[in-house]
Parts: sequence; C-alpha cells; structure tokens
Amino acid sequence: MKFRLKWWHAAVFLILVVACLSPLASSSPDGLERIAEDKGFIDKAQDAPYHVIGDYVFPWIHNDALATILAGIVGVVIVLVLAYAVSRLLRAANRGSQ
Amino acid sequence: MHIPDGFLSTGVAASTYVVSAGGIGFAARQAAKKIGEKHIPLIGLTAAFIFAAQMLNFPIAGGTSGHLVGAALAMILLGPWTGALAVSMVVIVQALVFQDGGLMALGANVFNMAIVGCLTAYLAYRGLRLILGPTRKGILVSAALAAWFSVVIASACAAAELAISGTSPLGVALPAMVGTHALIGIGEGAITAVVLSFVLATRRDLLQVPTYSQEATR
Repeated sequence: MKFRLKWWHAAVFLILVVACLSPLASSSPDGLERIAEDKGFIDKAQDAPYHVIGDYVFPWIHNDALATILAGIVGVVIVLVLAYAVSRLLRAANRGSQ
Repeated sequence: MHIPDGFLSTGVAASTYVVSAGGIGFAARQAAKKIGEKHIPLIGLTAAFIFAAQMLNFPIAGGTSGHLVGAALAMILLGPWTGALAVSMVVIVQALVFQDGGLMALGANVFNMAIVGCLTAYLAYRGLRLILGPTRKGILVSAALAAWFSVVIASACAAAELAISGTSPLGVALPAMVGTHALIGIGEGAITAVVLSFVLATRRDLLQVPTYSQEATR
C-alpha cells in the first residue's frame, strides 16, 4: 500500500509543532491575572481542589521544558479524541433520528 | 482570560453555568444537523489546534501576556454553533485536566470564550464581509477584525461578571479588561488570519467560509 500525504497529516504535524513550542511561551501573567494583581483582587483566587496536570506541567518529569511539552501533547490528544468522538456521536444521533 | 475560582459570586457562577449548559445543548443540536462525514476530523483537529495554541502565551506591553482564544478561527472553520461546541470542549478539558480556569467558574469561562466569542465573531464577520467583499483579502481582513472583536467583547463580559460578583467595580474592571484585551486581540487577529490563509491555500473546500460568503454576496 502506497503512503499518500493527506491534509490532516500536515494538520497533525503543525499541531505537534505548536505543542513543542509551548516551553517558549511567555511566563508573564495573562490579561486577567495582571489586572487582578494591579487592582488588588488576585488574593481572592482559590487553588483548584485537585491537580491532574496543573499549570500545564506534567508531573514526575523534572525537566521543565519536557514536562510542558508532554502536558501539551497529552492535552492535544485528549481534546482531539473528545471533539472527534462528540462530533461522530452527534452525526450518528442526527442520522438515527431521521 | 480564564477566570479562576474565587473571583465570581455563587449567583454569577450558577447563572453562567445554566446559560452555558443551555448554550452547549443548543449548539450541539445545531451542530448535529450540519456535521457531515468530512467535518468530523476537521472538528477534532481545530479543537486540538486551539488547545495547543492557547498554551503559547505571547508577550504584550507591560509584562503582561495573552494567548489565542480561537473562537473566531473555530467559527470560520466550523460555523458558529459547531465552533462554539469545539471551543467549549477545549475550555472544559483545560478546567478538568489542567486546572486552567476554575471549576466553579467553568460556566462563565465557557460563556465568555466559547459562546460569546463565537457569536460575536460570527456577527462581526458577517457584517465585515458585506463591507470588505468576498475576495481572499476581504476574508482575511474580516477574519482578523472579527477575531479582535470577539476577544474584546468576551473580556467585557468577564469584566461584567467580576463587577456583578463584587470582585472589582465595573468602572475599574471594564476599562482594564477591554484595554488589555484590545492589545491581546491584535495577536488573536494575526494568528487567526495566518492560520486561515494556510487553509485557504490548501483546503479551501473544508471551510464554512464559502457557504457564508455565498449567502453574504447573494
């Protein structure tokens, strides 16, 4: 069987490249965080009751860049599978009801 | 602009949960009618790209950063309701798995970024396309401006929620949020236009854009 490059191969590649760039992201506070600091209500923020991959750092990995990239790839896979599965279910449900 | 827990009052958190649950339900019903076989991988890949791109905070002025929300991009690639559904899934996974955005604030975050984001982008995009025309340049400029609008309006909604919750008065939160996100929105517009230009160059047929442009120019 001959391998043929399809558009989604390029898309998956691009997404993985973006995930691998994640350690380069700015660590400055985001817009809302910054305003909360400046306007003095950041202390109201509560920590999450549990942590899975908190703050996009994969646990048990000591290299920060690697831990962030791994977190990114895990997230990409979860979101990809979820969105794919939900759209397939919605399509199946719609066809079933017709 | 992911709101953490503690910033919103119980009333605001609960009511945005109700509105977002209704919005997602409605979006799912609308999406079900529109999703064809070829859209299924595109929905998965768009959501996955938005997740990855949201991790890439870019610096803006004054030691502050911002990142893509992706509502306008999702709306143009998938249509407003399927787009809102895709962004909702990203925001839900971020809250449940990555502790980005609070669990109590999840309703508000879905409302601001997915529902308000996609609908604002849709209305702005439809309007701008009428003015700017159905050319490639018209599509890209409309998309970039619609992306800017969607981020700014979503941030205004977040400011209103903070004000109603008694966390920060509207006179303080609104100009601060809108001002900062007017800058972050420039990045949103640029990324949206660049990604869209790739898709236009390679798989234009996948876009929901031609459908809308045909409607708009008819």
